[in-house]
Amino acid sequence: MNEKLKAFIEEAGWPRVIIGLFLLSLFVAAPFVRVRVDASISDTLVRFGMNGILVLAMVPMIQSGCGLNFGLPLGIIAGLLGAVTSIQLDLTGVLGFAAALGIAIPLAVLLGIAYGLLLNRVKGDEMMIATYVGFSSVAFMCMMWLLLPYTSPNMIWGYGGSGLRTTISVEGYWLHILSDFLSIQIGPYLYIPTGMFLFFGFMCFLMWAFLHTKTGTAMTAVGSNPEFARASGIDVNRMRVISVVLSTVLAAIGIIVYQQSFGFIQLYMGPFYMAFPAVAAILLGGASVHKASMVNVVIGTLLFQGILTMTPSVINSLLQTDMSEVIRIVVSNGMILYALTRKVQVKR
Amino acid sequence: MKAYTPKEKLQHFLISNAVPIIFILMSAIAIPLSGFSATYLVQEMLIRLARNSFLVLSLIIPIVAGMGLNFGMVLGAMAGQIGLILVSDWAVVGMRGLLLAALIATPIAVALGYVCGAVLNRAKGREMVTSYILGFFVNGIYQLTVLYAFGKLIPIANSELVLSRGYGIRNAINLAGMRHGLDYLIPLRIGNLNVPVGTYLTIALFCLFIVWFRRTKLGQDMRAIGQDMGVAGAAGIPVEKTRIIAIIISTVLACYGQIIFLQNIGTMNTYNSHDQAGMFAIAALLIGGATVSKATIPNVFVGVILFHLMFVVSPMAGKQLMGQAQIGEYFRVFVSYGIIAISLALHAWKRQKDRERARRSLRGEA
Repeated sequence: MNEKLKAFIEEAGWPRVIIGLFLLSLFVAAPFVRVRVDASISDTLVRFGMNGILVLAMVPMIQSGCGLNFGLPLGIIAGLLGAVTSIQLDLTGVLGFAAALGIAIPLAVLLGIAYGLLLNRVKGDEMMIATYVGFSSVAFMCMMWLLLPYTSPNMIWGYGGSGLRTTISVEGYWLHILSDFLSIQIGPYLYIPTGMFLFFGFMCFLMWAFLHTKTGTAMTAVGSNPEFARASGIDVNRMRVISVVLSTVLAAIGIIVYQQSFGFIQLYMGPFYMAFPAVAAILLGGASVHKASMVNVVIGTLLFQGILTMTPSVINSLLQTDMSEVIRIVVSNGMILYALTRKVQVKR
Repeated sequence: MKAYTPKEKLQHFLISNAVPIIFILMSAIAIPLSGFSATYLVQEMLIRLARNSFLVLSLIIPIVAGMGLNFGMVLGAMAGQIGLILVSDWAVVGMRGLLLAALIATPIAVALGYVCGAVLNRAKGREMVTSYILGFFVNGIYQLTVLYAFGKLIPIANSELVLSRGYGIRNAINLAGMRHGLDYLIPLRIGNLNVPVGTYLTIALFCLFIVWFRRTKLGQDMRAIGQDMGVAGAAGIPVEKTRIIAIIISTVLACYGQIIFLQNIGTMNTYNSHDQAGMFAIAALLIGGATVSKATIPNVFVGVILFHLMFVVSPMAGKQLMGQAQIGEYFRVFVSYGIIAISLALHAWKRQKDRERARRSLRGEA
C-alpha cells in the first residue's frame, strides 16, 4: 500500500497532490463554516465549463513543442471581435452565437498564421515573446475598441456616442445559449450546464481525434524531437504553424463560450491576464512544458477552478478575511514556476 | 579584415540602432503635436532621468552574465518597499530614513536574489520567462506579507499606515518625510528648477561601479559565462555560483533603485509600484538600443530619455490628433509592450540565424 501511494505521488507530483488535498479539505470544511456544498459544486461546474476550452487551447502548442501559449489573448481578441460583431448585426439566439463563432474563427486563423510564422523565427524563446505578443495585441485593441465604427446602442458609451464600453452584456442576445441547453436543475442550488459540457466534451473529442490523425501524430513528433521529425520528412515549421493556429482558434471559441455563460463581454484590459489561469490549470492537471493530454485539461481545470471557487467562500468565512486573491496568485504562478524549473526526467 | 565603405558603415549603424532611431522620429512628430514647451519637457526629463536611471542600470549585470533581461528585478523593488514601509512607521525622516530603509531592505534583497538565482539555475535557457513568472509568484508572497502579516505578526505602530480593519498596509503610503531626501541632499537651483544633484551623483557613482566591476575577475567570469556557459565551466569558472551572484547584485541594486524612485515621487503605491518598475525599466533599456545580450551605460540614459519623452508627450498628442487623451494613454501602453515584444523577437531571430549559419559553415562548401 505504501509502495502504491509512493508511486502515485511520484506519478502525480507533489504540488498536484498538495493542491488536491487542499481542495478536498476545503470541501470537507465547507459545511462547518455554513458554506453550501451543493452551491459550491454547482459554481465549480459552471466555471469548469466556462474555462475548459481556454485550457484546451494550450494542448496543440505544447504538443508541437512551442511551449505554453502565453499569447492566448491574441485568440481571445478574435473571439471578442466575433462576439461584438454578432451583437452589432443584432443577431440573437443560436444564430447570434453561431455568427460570433463564424466571424471569430476565420479571424483567429489569420492571426494564428501570422503568430505562428513569428514563433517559427524565434524557436527556443517562444514563451517570453508570446507573452509580450499577447500583451501588446491587447493594448493595440484597446485603441481599436475606441476607434472601430460600431454603432449598436447596447455597446457604445452613452455620452460620447462612440467607442465600445468596457463590459457589454450579452443578455437578450445569446446569454446561456449553451449552458441552458438540456441543463439540469436539482433543488434550488445545484445547476448543471449540460450543453456547455457537451460542447466542451465535443471539442476535447475533436482535439483527441486530431492528435491521432496523420497530421496530429506528425505534430507530436515535432514536439518530442524536431531533428528526428525533420529527418523523417515532416515539415517542422508547417506543423508548428498548424498547432499555433489551432490554439488561437480554440482560444477564440473558448472566450465566446466563456461569455455566453458569464453574461458579459469584457473588452479593453479584460483579456490581459487571461492566459495565466489557463496555463496554470493545464500544468496543475499534470501537463509538462512538453506534453499534455485531454485528461490533464479536464483534471487541471476542475482542480484550478475548484480552488478559485472554494477559497473565497470557505477561507473567508474561516478567517474573516479575503485571502482568495493572494492564494490564486501564489497557486497559479507557483504551478507555472514548478513546471518551468522541473528538470526533464528521462524514464527508462 | 576588409575596410567598410561609408555607406556600409551607415547601414550598419542604422540597423544596429533601429529602435532608438524610430523612437526619435516618433518623438519628433509627437512633440509639436502635444504643444508642450521645451522648458517643460527638459525639466520633466531631468526629473525622470534622476527617478528612473538607477532602476534601469540594475538590469545591466545579468545581461553581461548572459541571463537576459532580469524580469526578477521586481523582487528587489519589493524588498525596497518593505524597507520603506518599516522606516515610515518608525518615522525616521530625510536621508537617514532612506539609508535605514536601504539597510533593512538589503538582507531581504540578498535573500530574494539568492532564491531567484537558484531558481534560474534550474531553468537555463528560459531565464527570462522564469524570472517573469517568479516575479508574479513573489508578488503573491509580498501581498501575503504586507496585507496580512504587517500589523499582526510585525507590529506597525503608526495607524495611518494600517488599514481600518487593524492589520495590513494601506494602498498608498505618503513618504512626505523622506521625499527628495536624496535628490536635494546637496541643494542647487538653476533658474526656478531644482536640480536633484544627490541622485545624479549616486547614479554617476554607480556607473563607475559598473565600469570597474566589468574589469574585475568576477566581471570577466560573468562575461565568459555570458559567451558560452559550457566553455566557461570547462575553464574552471563556477558557473552556477557566478550566475547567482549576478542576480543577487541586480536584485540589491533594483532595491536601491526602487527606494530612489519612490523618494523622488513621494508616495508609494503599496501593491502596484513594483509591478510597473520592472516593465518600465525593461522597456526603457530596450528602447535605448540594448538587446537581450548586450547593454551599455549609454543605452540606459538614451532609453530613459526617449521612453519617458514618449510617456509625457503621447497622451497630449493623442488628444490633439484623435480628440481623446485615452487613445494616447493606450498607445503608450501598446508601445511599451510592443517594443519589448519586437526587441525580444528580433534578438531571438538573429540568434537563430547565427545558429543556422554556424551549422552551414560546419558543412562546408557544397
